[in-house]
Amino acid sequence: MTTTDLAVRPLYEGADWDFDRLHTVFAAIEEVGLKDLGLDIYPNQIEVITSEQMLDAYSSIGMPLLYRHWSFGKHFARDEVLYRKGLRGLAYEIVINSNPCISYIMEENTMTMQALVIAHAAFGHNHFFKNNYLFKQWTDADGILDYLSFAKEYVSRCEERYGLTAVERVLDAAHALMNHGVHRYPRRRALDLRLEEKRQKERREHEERMFNDLWRTVPAKADTFSPFSDRDRRRALLGLPEENILYFLEKRAPRLQSWQRELLRIVRHLSQYFYPQRQTKVMNEGCATYCHYRILGLMHERGLITDGAWLEVLHSHTNVIFQPEFDDPRYGGINPYALGFAMMQDIERIATAPTAEDREWFPDFAGHGDAMAVLRDAWANFRDESFVLQYLSPALIRKLKLFHVQDNAREPTMVVEAIHNERGYREIRKSLARQYDIAWAEADLQIVDVDLSGDRKLVLEHRAMNQVVLDEDDARAVLQHLADLWGYEVVLEEIDSASGARLKKHTVGPRTIIGQATVGA
Amino acid sequence: MNIIDRRLNPKGKSLANRQRFLRRAKAQVMRAVRDASGKRRIRDIDTGGDVTIAPDGVKEPTFHRASSGGIRDVVVPGNKDFIEGDRIPRPPSGGGRGGREGSPDGEGEDEFRFVLSREEFIDMFLEDLELPDLAKRKLATIEDYSWSRAGYSVTGSPANLNLVRTMRNSLSRRIALKRPKADEVQRLREEIDALERADSHDAEALSTLRAELELLLRRSQRIPYIDPIDVRYNRFQATPKPVAQAVMFCLMDVSGSMTEHMKDLAKRFFMLLYLFLTRRYKNVEVVFIRHTHRAQEVDEDTFFYSTETGGTVVSTALEEMLRVLRERYPPDDWNIYAAQASDGDNTSYDNARTLHLLSEEILPLCQYYAYIEVGSDPEMVPVSFSSSGRESDLWQTYKGLQQSGGPFAMKRVRHRREIYPVFRELFARDQAATGVSA
Repeated sequence: MTTTDLAVRPLYEGADWDFDRLHTVFAAIEEVGLKDLGLDIYPNQIEVITSEQMLDAYSSIGMPLLYRHWSFGKHFARDEVLYRKGLRGLAYEIVINSNPCISYIMEENTMTMQALVIAHAAFGHNHFFKNNYLFKQWTDADGILDYLSFAKEYVSRCEERYGLTAVERVLDAAHALMNHGVHRYPRRRALDLRLEEKRQKERREHEERMFNDLWRTVPAKADTFSPFSDRDRRRALLGLPEENILYFLEKRAPRLQSWQRELLRIVRHLSQYFYPQRQTKVMNEGCATYCHYRILGLMHERGLITDGAWLEVLHSHTNVIFQPEFDDPRYGGINPYALGFAMMQDIERIATAPTAEDREWFPDFAGHGDAMAVLRDAWANFRDESFVLQYLSPALIRKLKLFHVQDNAREPTMVVEAIHNERGYREIRKSLARQYDIAWAEADLQIVDVDLSGDRKLVLEHRAMNQVVLDEDDARAVLQHLADLWGYEVVLEEIDSASGARLKKHTVGPRTIIGQATVGA
Repeated sequence: MNIIDRRLNPKGKSLANRQRFLRRAKAQVMRAVRDASGKRRIRDIDTGGDVTIAPDGVKEPTFHRASSGGIRDVVVPGNKDFIEGDRIPRPPSGGGRGGREGSPDGEGEDEFRFVLSREEFIDMFLEDLELPDLAKRKLATIEDYSWSRAGYSVTGSPANLNLVRTMRNSLSRRIALKRPKADEVQRLREEIDALERADSHDAEALSTLRAELELLLRRSQRIPYIDPIDVRYNRFQATPKPVAQAVMFCLMDVSGSMTEHMKDLAKRFFMLLYLFLTRRYKNVEVVFIRHTHRAQEVDEDTFFYSTETGGTVVSTALEEMLRVLRERYPPDDWNIYAAQASDGDNTSYDNARTLHLLSEEILPLCQYYAYIEVGSDPEMVPVSFSSSGRESDLWQTYKGLQQSGGPFAMKRVRHRREIYPVFRELFARDQAATGVSA
């Protein structure tokens, strides 16, 4: 430490943490985060937990409370082995998109790690959750915890009433279809999970009040008029095509009982809640990583943390943003932390010290001066796909030495389509962005038809991009779940999106009828 | 801002999920445990441990694209010397490409590995043997009781009379009921006496005194010095005293006629016995004795896995057991258990000697001696004359012993699933009790 810095004493020395220090350091981080970086956050709640509790939280997709299901136990069992054997470290933090924003920190961490985690999660992620348009549109930070506790209780009540196996069967099927349980486009009404919970209660009470066994005895009309005679009319009535499979089943599956529909709804809400996170991995982690780097960097400059602590920060930081190259055995895809952080730094550079190339590519903000304003704007208004498409600069493409390879199964070899040169920038940027487009990365499945007056066969279509069909075994297993829920045969046709040619067809009948058709159900 | 310490919150939130998972994966986990226990050493049977299961039943399928076929685009970092239009050989399937899509199983779930706790392992192990719940069964007798004082009782044998407590009760009763004391009566008598002797006796005073004396005497008769309700006996409670150590002798015929299947059956039986003994004793030792026409004490590996052939002379094993017993395990300090596994063959001239050794020398020292006769798997081998009807040499020899009611039992086992029922029969409570009392 030089003599000029002596005026400010570091907030702490050494590795030990205690609650007083946490408070002091939190206050310092808050000061830098809010004043220097201009972050806008939900109130914070920091919870100190043990590594065992972290494992718990880890395996229930990071949520503090969740209904019971074997799949969480499975993840726990696996994580536990990896962790105990030292094959994998635990995440240092888990942060929950809720209001207040809850961050978990582990008691085993050093004081510096706690500071890093607070800056990363309680400020970086928190700001992102609060400001990104997808989260604003799709998630209800105020209601999520209440909704989860409702869901947990609802599931356990169902288990008591209908048995573990019956509930498990529905949840298994719902989980298999979870990724196809989101509305991709916002509807008019904002999501309010608390209201949702209340409404469920009302629905149930209403049903119970209205139930009258007498109706069962009313003789049916002999010649029932079927409105579903013509295909287009039928499809319109059912709101087809529908890509939210869980939603469709919940509303239309003929044999499900109301509690089974409610379970589907719970899984669907959960899926919807995580949908923005799936679309913003690079940005979210990039934002959080950039924030902790900046905040702690500033604190170090001001002498609030020691050189030793700063080195520890750098050590963890570089581990997190490590990006092996494609021919490295450690390569496992592009690290969202690495790409995100690199892009954030690049934006900062372009905003403050642009080159002629940057000015040409980013006339809107090159040399803008206020890097934080540019970044905050990007964090608020983009998702991974559009963010890469908009902000990936030639300079960064060169730095990461990105190249684009096409693998056509019909060709004997793969072809390098573009590399990091003048001709390749746009091409690389486009295809990298597409990798993050969830609509493109995930199979595009829709329910296209159902024969309600006939054999009730459900028809789905997979629009196969570039002739890549679904993994057959898994697809059949999921279709099996789907058929079980639907109660009748299900057909999946795989159609080449370019030519419209049919590539494959799967047909699966129901195995066990989940919604044991009971009278009046 | 809020900092909350949650470290004291209940742990094991995933326990319920874990149980659900184990239930779900039960078939596979049991198979894994069965495989693992086959490889395990007998002493390691009641530790938990790694199991690896196939992901079949615990797979969570999703719609996702196949890992090959079609046209794929991927952007990767770290270009060194490729230029546009270069052709690159495809990496070997399954590896590399894009990482994410690389694993043939979609999400790299080729096998699933996790750790079972000790309890979980034992549950599964015993489950494999088709038994309900070992812990709830009181399988055998208690060898010894220690008596400890446990307060007083109103009944008991005269030898246990507690004098102090009885007298104290008596005293308080006497005080409460105002039983006249002896010196009081004495004093009254003396006074009457004195009055009678005196000539000028006061007749009235004398009669008052006499009446008083009579009252006192009557009262002392009515109120006994010691009443049955005063009597207290020392009460003793019998606490079963687990004898701290046991030794288990595993005797096995390893002659050529013993197949791997038979040895496996034997091993499983020994494992169960070991499990059972470790639950009751602090310290259990295992002695492995194998025999052909010669017997030898060996270690576990040699016991189960070495191949040695020769004629079969069972008595050699018994002699070896007696030798080890006399050298290292004095019967006063050790509970002795033995289990003999054999396919039942014995050289005919040896039967008489075997019987003699067993009934005269070994059984008197043993807590329990179990003989299991292992046979070929009836599902693998067509039922032949050897596995049906005909009784083996040893069986015939031992039959008499069983009827004589010593701590001895014998059973036949041909299939893995028969082991536990047989074990239970052998160690069922009443049978063991008669065995020990003999």
